[in-house]
Amino acid sequence: MKGSKLPIACDADNRLEVVLPDNVHPTSISRTVRLGTERLRRLYPIVILAIVLLLVIPAALEPFRLGLVGKYLCFAFCAVGLVLAWGYGGILSLGQGIFFGLGSYIMAMYMKLEATSADPAAAVFGAGGPPVPDFMTWNSVDTLPWWWAPFEHVWFALPAIVLLPSAAAFALAYAIFRKRIGGIYFSIVTMALASIFVLVIIGQQGYTGGTNGITNLPTFLGYSVQSDQAVYTLYYVSAGLLILTILAGTFVLKSRLGKVLIAIRDQEDRVRFSGYDPAMFKAVIFAIAAAFSAVGGALFTLQLGFASPSISGIAPSIEMVIYTAVGGRLSLIGSVYGALLIGGAKSLFSEQFTNGWMYFMGALFIVIPMFLRTGLAGLVSLVSHKKVRAS
Amino acid sequence: MTKTRRDFIKTSLAVAVASAMPAGLLSSTSFAAASDPVKVGILHSLTGSIAIAEVGVADAEKLAIEEINAAGGVLGRQIEVVQEDGASDNPVFAEKAQKLLVSDKVAAVFGCYTSASRKAVLPVFERYKGLLYYPTHDEGLEFSNNIMYTGADAVQSAIPAIQWLAENKGKTFFLIGSDFIYPRTTNRIARPTIAKLGGTVVGEDYFPLGSTEFSSVINKIKAAKPDAILSTIVGDSNVSFYKQLNSAGITGDNQAILALAVSEEEAIGIGRENLVGVHSCMGYFQSIDSPENQKFVAAFKARYGADRVLGDTMAAAYASVFLWKLAVEKAGSFDVPQVVAASSNLEYTAPEGQVRLHASNHRLWKHARIGKFKPDGQIDILFESPLIEPNPFPKL
Repeated sequence: MKGSKLPIACDADNRLEVVLPDNVHPTSISRTVRLGTERLRRLYPIVILAIVLLLVIPAALEPFRLGLVGKYLCFAFCAVGLVLAWGYGGILSLGQGIFFGLGSYIMAMYMKLEATSADPAAAVFGAGGPPVPDFMTWNSVDTLPWWWAPFEHVWFALPAIVLLPSAAAFALAYAIFRKRIGGIYFSIVTMALASIFVLVIIGQQGYTGGTNGITNLPTFLGYSVQSDQAVYTLYYVSAGLLILTILAGTFVLKSRLGKVLIAIRDQEDRVRFSGYDPAMFKAVIFAIAAAFSAVGGALFTLQLGFASPSISGIAPSIEMVIYTAVGGRLSLIGSVYGALLIGGAKSLFSEQFTNGWMYFMGALFIVIPMFLRTGLAGLVSLVSHKKVRAS
Repeated sequence: MTKTRRDFIKTSLAVAVASAMPAGLLSSTSFAAASDPVKVGILHSLTGSIAIAEVGVADAEKLAIEEINAAGGVLGRQIEVVQEDGASDNPVFAEKAQKLLVSDKVAAVFGCYTSASRKAVLPVFERYKGLLYYPTHDEGLEFSNNIMYTGADAVQSAIPAIQWLAENKGKTFFLIGSDFIYPRTTNRIARPTIAKLGGTVVGEDYFPLGSTEFSSVINKIKAAKPDAILSTIVGDSNVSFYKQLNSAGITGDNQAILALAVSEEEAIGIGRENLVGVHSCMGYFQSIDSPENQKFVAAFKARYGADRVLGDTMAAAYASVFLWKLAVEKAGSFDVPQVVAASSNLEYTAPEGQVRLHASNHRLWKHARIGKFKPDGQIDILFESPLIEPNPFPKL
């Protein structure tokens, strides 16, 4: 088996990694040198992305447009997670909106409690007793539910944004994968769950704000989130965290986990027969993707100023998959460009063609995945490899 | 070259006019660009699930703007519309509101339909000091200095509806609604109102938005035999509700049913045959017999087609544009704080009759009307209240 090829995807950047596992690497000096420059070259995309996100975009855009890009970046977190889960793990999740929504609502719960304690007059029907969020009084919920209470502490809410969604994702995925349910069936389950999640939020309006969502969230830790200054701060925080997320994703893919994951994607049975538990690996990567989505969701609430059930349903969840498909499902960095491109196109088309913009978006969603199966990243590597071959 | 020459003429004309004017008028900000059109935004869903209701509202607003432009505009300036699509998605509403206020610098926005979309844009309007005219009847419970609420609040529809039912149909009520904030708030107001009139509530039930199964509640209604059913079911659920009610033998002819959220426009979607004899309570019905309304209906049909039907929200949206125009003219400026100040106690004869903006709470003193659906989907008006004071924060 040494040196023999595991069946892998057509992705060029990834081939070297997979075909030659570390321990069977043929060593020769020239090879090492070449790999050294190779490694440096691999840093280019992330450096370029960092320059684009942290220097070029903030310099080029007015605060309003920068705020929009900041929101697109939130969805890029989901796209990066999907590269791990779908591109490398073969787990096509059509329910990332659930975890995006969980992150978004956890952040909103903290901010709502902060806003309520700052302005107890918000209680409209005046129930007496300690103040509860306005939408609860509207729905005859006059005492704060016990499970809301811990979210008034930032030291609880911030870790919960990462831990709760990933724990939920792990439990769910492990249970399903243990039963050896995978592929399209898992996708359908996630899609159904996204739909259920939205129904629960809308149905339990006394505790969740219903279709209105959790609104009127002016501050985070006492700082206003609605000033131009906040737009810049939140943009840089989002961009910085996104770059860290990509680095974390790269680390995961380079680790043993990443290698086993690719093996599972390509030949799950062979991995199982080798003594691994594929369910565990798949559940872990699914939980990591969920955590990324949740961070994006929390940042989205901060920038939008409210949490809405409309970002958690089936349609936005599928849209997240499209970001990844457009960017390239094997490229962590490509998926960021995918999210930026689609987000930007959506804003631009809907402003320019108020009546027909959905046709343009539909065309984009069909054309790019159809003719560019590896997405934008595939296009870039195609061009650069041609150049290498030509020289 | 022609451009510069025209600009030169324009400037010199402006200077000539300015020097002829008393100095006090010059401070108005509208002076500098007196001949440019003034931009306003229209922000409704043109795509997505709520578009079906919102497209007509946007049409009514555009009609009003065309009429104002044809009559010479506002403060001598034509109105230019910037329309954006809220896409039935609340985060999109917030984005587009920001775009209208920041990039287009519109003087006012006419928009939103659901309370959820209004709550989404509220912080945007407060932050950028914009002005929104919101036309839908709603649950109240909200006030913003940057929003004018031109639809009825819960007090303005629920209380007259209950009083009329108690007087004409009887004093036992069954309350049924969709499960969200508008029906729940309405029924919080309904219960004490019914008690005050010596009536009783024999049942109260809520169903998730989009529900299609009502057989259990219909059995309860049959057992309770209420004098009147007060329905706050909204949207698609109404189709199933009235169909199932009719097939259980309960119709508008043998049972008093009053719907607080079904206008003539929505009757088309529900099926006119299912609603015959059902009562509705609204501020506006297309069948109102007044010169203002006849003119409005004729203009709308001439502009958009003879088969179009008008409803309460469309009429309120149409009136909103004129309320803004009158406030701007009273203030002599497009400046939002001045327009808001000038709106206090502003009177206007709308298609629904004489209305007046409240002195302080940004809502309209309105008439409530109660009528009965005819087989053609139009309303036979049975009752018209005097002007009712709006009260978005009722003490209960």
